[in-house]
Amino acid sequence: MRRFSLIAVPYLWLLGLFMVPFLIVFKISLSDVALSIPPYTPTLELSDGWAGFRDFLSQLDFENFEFLATDDLYWKSYLSSVQIAFISTSICLLIGFPIAYGMANAPKEWQPTLMLLVILPFWTSFLIRVYSLIGILSQEGMLNQFLMWVGIINEPLTILNTNVAVYIGIVYTYVPFMILPIYATLIKLDGSLLEAAEDLGCSRTEAFWRITVPLSKAGIIAGCFLVFIPALGEFVIPSLLGGSDTLMIGKVLYEEFFANRDWPVAGAVAVILLLILIIPIVLYQRNEQKMMEAET
Amino acid sequence: MRRLTWFNATSLTLGFAFLYIPMIVVIIYSFNESRLVTVWGGFSTKWYGELLQNEAFLSAAWVTFKVGFFSSIIATVLGTMGAYVLVRGGRFYGRTLFSGMIYAPLVMPEVITGLSLLLLFISIGLDRGMFTIILAHATFSMCYVSVVVSSRLVSFDRSVEEAALDLGCTPFEAFRLVTLPIIAPAVISGWLLALTLSLDDLVIASFVAGPSATTLPIKVFSSIRLGVSPEINALSTILIGIVTIGTIAASLTTKRAVMRRQREERMAEQAG
Repeated sequence: MRRFSLIAVPYLWLLGLFMVPFLIVFKISLSDVALSIPPYTPTLELSDGWAGFRDFLSQLDFENFEFLATDDLYWKSYLSSVQIAFISTSICLLIGFPIAYGMANAPKEWQPTLMLLVILPFWTSFLIRVYSLIGILSQEGMLNQFLMWVGIINEPLTILNTNVAVYIGIVYTYVPFMILPIYATLIKLDGSLLEAAEDLGCSRTEAFWRITVPLSKAGIIAGCFLVFIPALGEFVIPSLLGGSDTLMIGKVLYEEFFANRDWPVAGAVAVILLLILIIPIVLYQRNEQKMMEAET
Repeated sequence: MRRLTWFNATSLTLGFAFLYIPMIVVIIYSFNESRLVTVWGGFSTKWYGELLQNEAFLSAAWVTFKVGFFSSIIATVLGTMGAYVLVRGGRFYGRTLFSGMIYAPLVMPEVITGLSLLLLFISIGLDRGMFTIILAHATFSMCYVSVVVSSRLVSFDRSVEEAALDLGCTPFEAFRLVTLPIIAPAVISGWLLALTLSLDDLVIASFVAGPSATTLPIKVFSSIRLGVSPEINALSTILIGIVTIGTIAASLTTKRAVMRRQREERMAEQAG
């Protein structure tokens, strides 16, 4: 009995506040928009019993999904979200790997401090970190002033409110997610393997590509997923740093829901986003499982 | 073979410069006399004074604090139970669904979580406000707590628990007297994580908040949309300061605990 209640409490909580809400989103994505409260039809009338339920089911359809397929705005937003998430993830890897590598090769007594320096931005408010970029990227901001002072450019560049600012924002806020898992695999790397490679005639660079990189693959994959998945549904960064032509699906969903009050279409947008996400999530879980098996 | 080559030193310097310069700029400009955020007009702390008189920010901060306090406690209790069920629960009907529901919120985009919870609250007719934010935050943070606590539970020796049961403890006593003290560090870090996530959340809160309750992130977001302002710089500096002090204090405490344990182990070896 005690065991039952121990299992039941968290189970029912998640069922009620995680699973059921998704089913509701799915249901609403099959409904039609209406001028009422709540703004969609049909609504389930429990008082009508079984006939009411059948009537309700018969009114659901895939119209909203057909609408998403025909209007370019949506599939362009999906494509551009995937593109933005993919490019930002690649830049995160290019920046994050050398940092993680430098940390793993730094003197032992520095490592806790370096680790602290990576974790600190991680705990600092996400919104504040995005905000801190606005002043730097603006027309008269620090970055433009610096570039003009060095003499690379003569006139200030427009960076804020473009896709470039979105890339900078995603890389800046998510790079710790890339550094930490790569650092975790690099720190476990056995140094004697590198020595053996050098003894056997590898140059340092060759040893790096043939030993360090393959052995840190698990961390690289984990880091890429940890950046890619949240970047795909990002809403805050494109709406603060991006311009009106920045298309990201999280922003489209938010606006569809709050500005247009078209709940059924917002529901359909969410369902498709979820379907796109299931692929990387399944791949990620498989990778995690492989890592666990490799460790035991 | 740990050596700090010029390559490593450069990548570390550039990397940390990238991570810290934007935040340092915000901190410096929060002490700027001028209203313009790009022109330095001399040192001043007047924006802190204006911030402390801004009723809207203060009440939003108070709502955020209350939400964080209650939701992180609920999340810690539920998350610890969830971890226990996940690791020790054995087989039960719907176990795969349960572990799926524990891990899924970690990767779910916030817009989807927020949208689905809002639709739930509307369809069951729950009025949106502080209570719905607490429910939403407790739900997604309990999953983070579960992950943190279950990694500790997995690596812990089950026989101590069994010994307690053999010596006449009830299962609840064994949990309270043996298991809980051992997993306490993970429970505390799970609670801190839940608290931080709740204080930081903008997207889910803005879906489920409704007009009656505004949290600090929602307030900050709407004022950032209007442009950069010195008050927000001051607020950011305060928040960055709190996190910095908290993180350094936490790391010093764990460092001291590790050193104490090492010393005790050495003394035990000598005594034995």
